[in-house]
Amino acid sequence: MSNMPLDVVPVDAAAAAESAQVDTVVPSRQRFVFLRGAKAITGLVILGVFAVIAIVGPWIAPYDPDEMTADLLVHPSWHHLMGTDHLGRDIFSQLIVGTRGVMIVGLVAGVIATVLAIAVGVSAGFLGGVGDEVLSSLSNIFLVIPALPLIIIICSQLSDAGNFVVALVLAFTGWAWGARLLRAQTLSLRRRDFIEAARASGEKTWRIVWFETLPNLTAIIASSFISTVTFAVLSQTTLAFIGVTSVSDWSWGSILYWAQGNQALARGAWWWFVPAGLLIALLGMALSLVNFGIDEFVNPRLRLAGLTPREMRRRKIRPRIGFTVVAKDAPRAVARPAVVPVTELDEPADESLPADAVDAPTGFEPPASLRRSATPDSTGPADHEEAAR
Amino acid sequence: MKFLARRVGFYAITAWAAVTLNFLIPRMLPGDPVQSLINRYQGSIPSSAVHSLYVLFGLDTKKSLWQQYVEYWQQILHGDLGLSFVHYPTPVSEVIAQSLPWTIGLVGIATIISVVGGSLVGVYLGWRRGSWADGIVPVTTFFSSVPYFWLGLLFISLFAVTWRWLPPGQGYDTALTPGWTPAFVGSVLQHALLPALTIVLSSVAGWILGMRNMMVTVTSEDYVTVAQAKGLSERRVMFGYAARNAILPQVSGFALSLGFVVSGTLVMEMVFSYPGIGYELFQAIGGKDYPLMQGIFLVITFSVLAMNILADIVYVILDPRTRQEA
Repeated sequence: MSNMPLDVVPVDAAAAAESAQVDTVVPSRQRFVFLRGAKAITGLVILGVFAVIAIVGPWIAPYDPDEMTADLLVHPSWHHLMGTDHLGRDIFSQLIVGTRGVMIVGLVAGVIATVLAIAVGVSAGFLGGVGDEVLSSLSNIFLVIPALPLIIIICSQLSDAGNFVVALVLAFTGWAWGARLLRAQTLSLRRRDFIEAARASGEKTWRIVWFETLPNLTAIIASSFISTVTFAVLSQTTLAFIGVTSVSDWSWGSILYWAQGNQALARGAWWWFVPAGLLIALLGMALSLVNFGIDEFVNPRLRLAGLTPREMRRRKIRPRIGFTVVAKDAPRAVARPAVVPVTELDEPADESLPADAVDAPTGFEPPASLRRSATPDSTGPADHEEAAR
Repeated sequence: MKFLARRVGFYAITAWAAVTLNFLIPRMLPGDPVQSLINRYQGSIPSSAVHSLYVLFGLDTKKSLWQQYVEYWQQILHGDLGLSFVHYPTPVSEVIAQSLPWTIGLVGIATIISVVGGSLVGVYLGWRRGSWADGIVPVTTFFSSVPYFWLGLLFISLFAVTWRWLPPGQGYDTALTPGWTPAFVGSVLQHALLPALTIVLSSVAGWILGMRNMMVTVTSEDYVTVAQAKGLSERRVMFGYAARNAILPQVSGFALSLGFVVSGTLVMEMVFSYPGIGYELFQAIGGKDYPLMQGIFLVITFSVLAMNILADIVYVILDPRTRQEA
């Protein structure tokens, strides 16, 4: 999971060399700065734990997940941490072994779909005209057609749908949303001064796309990668649960498939279906935490102003949008940096901190080169409506 | 009306793409579904049906692909989706016609509640950003990270098995005869309550969050400040100025996310054995009933397209700019 797109500290020699040559590229130390918020880091840590389990799972599982014993449907105990199923198989081991399938499908589908989304979205944004019309109708068609029935049709006609086949099918059906987001952002980037300048100075198109546009899209690409992974994980689980994919491969969904098929509900065997669902929820939460981190970076208006709700109540501040709330105990108003919108609350009382440091608990200062894409107008209503057309 | 015309054109293309996908998928994928079916049913498929199966799956090598495609379209336009295997020899269209009203009733009402309720909560949360109400956001995120069907399983085990408040599944009490009697209608409502609750709980988070974020963005626009400065009542500013503009992406988002919503609720029907289209799909998967699966895919796609057109009409009503273009 902690592969390239999610690396927090990318120490990439090639990237460093590039940035040394091209000074418009974000310096490599500041890349992925959108993954530094508290939410994003929490999410990444959880993802890391799942990734480790996915790699070492089969070796650390206490039992063979397929091994049948005489302990049928026993409650969780020290012997069987999460009980056993109707054939006496250890559910804890099934969960650990099943992590790999879920993570592989999520990662592979996410990577392929993101590559597709970049190819379609960015070229639609750059081509304009008929090419744009065709490519964006293509992605809209894939958005409108309900994915799950389509996936079911494809997977059930492939006689033995393994993890990679499922991942391919999910990537094929799940790339459209990312393409749409990337197209909208590319359109707004295309008219910015620095792109115009690059074009005027005779840069080749591929160079403008690769070195001027893509670095400014990193946050959106990461966010659409995360969304696709979420979609893939949920779909994989659903497919396994309804028995479309091979039920002999362990995954969280196939545990639920066996539980549902063997009346776990009516027998009151909660340990059979509760843990698998909680794991899926935990993985989904981790992914959305990372995405929230990215969202708050892209749209600074979503950041909280550094005061917790309790703190505000204590100071009798009634938060309301559209106005700057004046904290009564603030000694003086401090000018905010340009990126921080008017909705920010005024300085907390601590005068010794420089203005930038106040942002530290909630967000972080975007690097100057990325600030362009983070200005509120890029995510304002105008863009949303443009995307809606 | 140029806007609407463009949209209708787009939906026509999408419908064509869906039918074509449906035509191509069995022809492009490896394997011989007909042979595996014949093996599976061990001779219970009459030999006369075998040929029509091959035609249906496009494995009739005597004809060119184009000829097959034309014939396929003729069949579709006549409403002929083939015969179901699970309910042999009932036509697929009849099976779908029986189950579609259940799905529309359950999913339609639950989705409306979820969208309207979620947007209202989102308006409030966005307006009061930073208050205690922000605590709702992580809770709803949790519910949206949970797969729909697992929440359904959990609710069945709690409300139906442990506490026995509500029935665990089915569309109505099988002891009653279907009809417009109070007892039957009551039973239908009682059986729909748990699945509807689950659908609302697991889908409402997205609407709340989307609306909240748009409200936060819109409320720092100048026209909201001006409205406040004019001394309009807070409610008027909130709904007439901020929410009205914030809802636009929500409407177009609704149209686009319908596919996901419908997919999720199909699985919900499978969990609750609710006699709608999702449950038919579940049975079709179990019985490898390809004609039924493909028919269901087409019908679902067409219903989603129809709902998209409705959403576009709402959009035109809400946003005067789309009307001016003409």
